[in-house]
Amino acid sequence: MLTVPVETQILFAGILFFLGLTGLLVRRNLVFMLMSIEIMFNSAGLVFIIAAKHWNQPDGQVMFIFILAVTAVEVAIGLALILQVYHHFKTLDVDAINKLKDDN
Amino acid sequence: METILALIPALPLFSFLILVIFGGKLSRKSASWIGAGSVGIAALLTVVIGINLIHSLPGIKSYSVVLWQWIHAGNLSANIAFSFDSLSLVFCFVITFVGLLIHIYSIGFMAKDEGFTRFFAYMNLFVSSMLILVLADNILLMYLGWEGVGLCSYLLIGFWYKEPVNGTAARKAFIITRIGDTAMIIGIFILFVSFGTFNIQDLMHLASAKWAVGSSLAVITAALLLGGALGKSAQLPLQTWLPDAMAGPSPVSALIHAATMVTAGVYLIARTNVLFSLAPIVQTIIAIIGALTLLIAGFSALAQHDLKRILAYSTISQIGYMFLALGVGAYSGAIFHFMIHAFFKALLFLAAGVVIQVLNEEHDIFKMGGLRKRMPVVFLTFLIGSASLSALPLVTAGFYSKDAILWFAFSSNSGGMILWLAGIVGAFLTALYSFRMIFITFYGEVKTEPAFNAGKLMTIPLIILAVLSVIGGFIELPGSMGNVHLFSGLVNNTLPELVLKNVEHLEWIFQLVSSGIALSGIYLAYLFYYKKPEFIETFNHSRLNHFFEKGFEFDNLYNVVFVKPVVWFAEIDKKDIFDQLNISIANLSLLGNRFLSVAQNGKLRWYLLSFAIGIALILTLMINR
Repeated sequence: MLTVPVETQILFAGILFFLGLTGLLVRRNLVFMLMSIEIMFNSAGLVFIIAAKHWNQPDGQVMFIFILAVTAVEVAIGLALILQVYHHFKTLDVDAINKLKDDN
Repeated sequence: METILALIPALPLFSFLILVIFGGKLSRKSASWIGAGSVGIAALLTVVIGINLIHSLPGIKSYSVVLWQWIHAGNLSANIAFSFDSLSLVFCFVITFVGLLIHIYSIGFMAKDEGFTRFFAYMNLFVSSMLILVLADNILLMYLGWEGVGLCSYLLIGFWYKEPVNGTAARKAFIITRIGDTAMIIGIFILFVSFGTFNIQDLMHLASAKWAVGSSLAVITAALLLGGALGKSAQLPLQTWLPDAMAGPSPVSALIHAATMVTAGVYLIARTNVLFSLAPIVQTIIAIIGALTLLIAGFSALAQHDLKRILAYSTISQIGYMFLALGVGAYSGAIFHFMIHAFFKALLFLAAGVVIQVLNEEHDIFKMGGLRKRMPVVFLTFLIGSASLSALPLVTAGFYSKDAILWFAFSSNSGGMILWLAGIVGAFLTALYSFRMIFITFYGEVKTEPAFNAGKLMTIPLIILAVLSVIGGFIELPGSMGNVHLFSGLVNNTLPELVLKNVEHLEWIFQLVSSGIALSGIYLAYLFYYKKPEFIETFNHSRLNHFFEKGFEFDNLYNVVFVKPVVWFAEIDKKDIFDQLNISIANLSLLGNRFLSVAQNGKLRWYLLSFAIGIALILTLMINR
């Protein structure tokens, strides 16, 4: 079995995280932003799995289960909010949804 | 006895708390039962404890109760402790009994007012504070009550706070009395520094033991305490707040600005009489101030148009009589006049309240007239009150109390012809302005029709007070007729007896003169204001009349001497260095606000970017550390 060095694994997770972050910053559609957040979550989960494997400890995998549960909830709420936003503003462009600010 | 004594001020305080906390949820009926009921029970308890005290006199001179320690720091300590002697008895009786009648009257008077429970809450707080004032056994607790009544006076003058004028009047009363109170608290400090205690009895014993008569410290302290008394009792030169205080509801004027609070100064001087006997010069000043005040206020009352302002000036003038009596050492005379004055002046204010209310808030007596047939009960009681005020000989209580003061002003060791003359001129003025009110308001043609009739709740207190204004005098009859001394016999258990010159055989001449003066005042009022008004037509338009109407222009004088310079100085000093400092701090934060509020633009991705940059910065710092 091919063994990948742990640094490469971490680097992979890091790339994944920055992909997610970049997506979050450049995308204007709320659905895609939510997806980017999912990617960042998963990269964090990946780091836990890598660490669990590296030290032969099950804790990391347990944490990943938690993250899965949290993301599931987050997606449920996030999608519901997006649906409401769409009903209200008839758009999903975050730059158009900028009512939460000072008037002047 | 101790429990009863503690309950007397505690009951109105307790009902004040109930009315304040549950005010919104109580119906008007229960609020009035609680408000008037607590004062009623306090009155009953006062009667019980008073009868006990009278029975145990002169063996036991006072009851006292220590409830708890209030302040203790170093050698400074003060208790919440009450002491009940014959002087407190008279004051407590007037406060609770007249207070009860006024509370009952208020149920009718305030029936349609939206601030009904608030009114009763303030009134209860006032009664409680006033009782603390007269029952306190140490001077610090007395000062607490003293400020408490000042606060209630402020709250009740400005009771109809939606009118800005009422708020101004309330502030004026508060600020002017505060001038006197500041002098008073300095006096209290001097007493404490000199003797190390607040207990009034100890203070008086120590003062007479340690201070010589006329020593400078005694004179200064007495003068400072007198300052407090002058402010509270609206005497020259701090009298200007009382006429404006009439902005409050009529029951307030009756209870606070006629019967009780404004006589707190009289109580203070009577209570600390030892101090004043150590400072004869201050005592002379009291007599002179009293004489001047009663004259100035008497002339002012003569020119007023507002029914309540006449009564206000009349109150100032009558308290002037009490100060005159205190000044010549006739303490029991002053206290007796206080009690009788409380009866007839409360009566007059309550009756005036009825008149003003049924004429739809009409205050101007020249727009009234002919009310004699329209409201006979009010007319009769008002007539009795005015007769008592103008000291109608033999039949009214006011005659016995005022005549005693006039007699003492001459016959006391420290009295004299000039003081008596001032008093007799004042008595003439009193009769003149009292019956001016009667003839203009109740006689002549009807100018405004009464809108409705006053209810029983309002007329019964009037009748009771009218009865008291007549029979109240018979407990103290002068030496020349009857020689009854029930009242002075009672209060002289606490107060020093008056030393008279050896002129007692002349007393009947003086009584004859003062009776004649009162009757001629009434006759002239009949002539000038009813029969032949053209006699005084020129006077009515004269500058002098205007000068009297403005209360001798004291308001303008103070405005020019004190208010204007202060305002002017504040105006030019608006931008000194300290203000600049404060303003620049404010400007700095405003600038920061402008600068940072740019960041809050509602753009989610902008926030995210700053978020990411922030995290990147933090991480970089952590790694490089």
